[in-house]
Amino acid sequence: MMATNASSVPVVPGSEHDATAPLSIHDMTVAYHRKPVLWDVDLDVPEGQLACIIGPNGAGKSTLLKACLDLVPRISGEVQFWGESISRQRGRVAYVPQRESVDWDFPVNALDVVAMGTYRRLGWCRPVGRRQRSAAMEALERVDLADLAGRQISQLSGGQQQRVFLARALVQDADLYLMDEPFASVDASTEQAILSALRELRSQGRTVICVHHDLQTVQESFDWVVMLNMRVVAAGSIEDTFTIENLRRTYGGRLTLLDQAAMALGRAHRGEEEG
Amino acid sequence: MSWMNGLDDWIIVLGALAAIACVLPGTFLVLRGMGMMGDAISHAVLPGIALGFFVSGTRDNVWMFLGAAIAGIVTAVLTQFLHRMGRLERGAAMGVVFTSLFALGLVMIVQAADHVDLDPNCVLYGAIELAPLDTVMFLGMEVPRAFPVLLVVCLINLVIILLFYKEMVISSFDPDMARSTGIHSGLMNQVLMVMTAATCVACFEVVGSILVVSLLVIPAATARLISDRLSIVLVLAVIVGVIGAGLGHISAITVPSWFSSDVEDTSTSGMMAVAAGVLFALAWVLAPRHGLLVLAIHRIRLRVRIVSEDVLGFLFRFEERGESMSVHNIRQTLTSLADAGPLASRLAIVSLKRRRLVYREGSVWKLSDAGRARAVEVVRSHRLWETWLWRQADLAADHVHGQAMRLEHVTDERMRAELEIQTGSVSQDPHGRPIPAGDSEGEDGAAASPPGD
Repeated sequence: MMATNASSVPVVPGSEHDATAPLSIHDMTVAYHRKPVLWDVDLDVPEGQLACIIGPNGAGKSTLLKACLDLVPRISGEVQFWGESISRQRGRVAYVPQRESVDWDFPVNALDVVAMGTYRRLGWCRPVGRRQRSAAMEALERVDLADLAGRQISQLSGGQQQRVFLARALVQDADLYLMDEPFASVDASTEQAILSALRELRSQGRTVICVHHDLQTVQESFDWVVMLNMRVVAAGSIEDTFTIENLRRTYGGRLTLLDQAAMALGRAHRGEEEG
Repeated sequence: MSWMNGLDDWIIVLGALAAIACVLPGTFLVLRGMGMMGDAISHAVLPGIALGFFVSGTRDNVWMFLGAAIAGIVTAVLTQFLHRMGRLERGAAMGVVFTSLFALGLVMIVQAADHVDLDPNCVLYGAIELAPLDTVMFLGMEVPRAFPVLLVVCLINLVIILLFYKEMVISSFDPDMARSTGIHSGLMNQVLMVMTAATCVACFEVVGSILVVSLLVIPAATARLISDRLSIVLVLAVIVGVIGAGLGHISAITVPSWFSSDVEDTSTSGMMAVAAGVLFALAWVLAPRHGLLVLAIHRIRLRVRIVSEDVLGFLFRFEERGESMSVHNIRQTLTSLADAGPLASRLAIVSLKRRRLVYREGSVWKLSDAGRARAVEVVRSHRLWETWLWRQADLAADHVHGQAMRLEHVTDERMRAELEIQTGSVSQDPHGRPIPAGDSEGEDGAAASPPGD
């Protein structure tokens, strides 16, 4: 039996998963070149949470998102969105890949990229029109980039590019957002802007799952956490799950002293005893 | 060689059509960083074409296109397979696949040449000069056989790009996100490969399998240098391709006669590629935003501005000490500046005089009132920065001058105000010289140290 934190996610192998959960993964295994990257992942993310996936490099965080969306093949296992397969729920799921995964020299401007979020609803063979452009413009306003709409995307800063991606996801008007490192290499003000946009989504009852790398902001930013290291080490609410003990099990010896200190500090601030 | 009406017109029309047909898939290949895939496919379709001959026994276009389309897909899939399974680097995988297929095709064609009317040379280099002579009836007119083929391929490519424009764009830019929304980027990729393969076949007779690559890649690369908007890049690429075709044929007729009277003309398809290359070079130098010329002008203007401001600063410091700056002083000053080449120095002096910031009295240079106001800003920035670097950034007092020399040129009034707040509004810089106030002229007594220690 794998090391699932039984107190927060009661998973009995073979049991029925929650059919109303936005994302429900059952016994998923993924491999590249026959080398397993994810083993026996079992996970139910409840509705309306701002969740993060944390784990060391190579833990399979990005792969987990991609495998759920059928972007990389699964060896085994089943993924359900609100009890159905992804192909029936694509319209309700928005995916934001890592910023580095695309070529920012591509000759399009910020508005063009955001308008890509309307493509699915638009359907095949129909061009982007005024309605799509105004929806894209609105999303750019929500992330405070309206004045850069006509800017070629390579001339945006890293944080602005990240916000363009966020705006594209907002345009998709999804119920579940899967984001791969939306906070990677952004400055503090952009981080706050992105976070407040995500909180707004949560307040509307939507679910957000982010791959995250900064352990020091986990407690203040998210309410739910998946701790991953090729297997799900633990998953659940921050209070129950984000413990030093679970972090050690997730990161092994690779948890830096600084991270440990920051954790302890965070707990001390909230007046908790260490578990 | 003289222009032959009809014949030469047709050569240009065929060249232009070939260029348009190639540019449409070529632009997307280039934007995806798959320009070499065009090269690979253009070679790898050869066995497909040969197979078409074997099956049909004729030069029937339908069979040729079918064989080529299959070969195109096979190239793309095999490359991907070798890359993934053989863990071969993508370029190497492509090299293995297309050279093998090309060689196979050549062998098949040489074998077939005895039975079928097919010339290996023609496949490699094309025969655009002869194409107008081989005619068919099309819509009641006698036209070169290649014309309806190229026209149809052009139209099909155009329709595909127009219909699937946004799918092509998103599959090229962000294939993962495309797939997550149900747009099959892998399928779009294969459509692009088939388009490229079919286009290569159609263009073989005109430009051959080697030069077709130049039409796939160069116009798109040229257009990309000029514009940052995909729709404009596509239109510009078509224009560059067509102009290249026209220029190519004209120069094929005229250029050789400049060098020798024996040679009458040279290969049109070769000259088309050369012309496209020349257009690319022109765009590289002259492009509005990324062109070498624009960058060079931008750099020179920046340097002139920096040198001008430095000269103003030095004039101000001389004035501060109650000295006057002679022509000799100014020359010394300019040679001491790192940024000041002879050209930038001369331009800086001309620009300062033209803007009436400085004027000359006998052998002495003086600041005008406007020049003094500007000089105060520069010196104020300089000394505020020195103070900030010394106090806030803990730099040694004798290290701050060089830094401040650079920073003063990018400091505006807002930053000066911020610096003043952060340094606590002190009145002297680390060297004990007064920091001139923003609005007055700061005529305090001369400080002891020389300018720019």
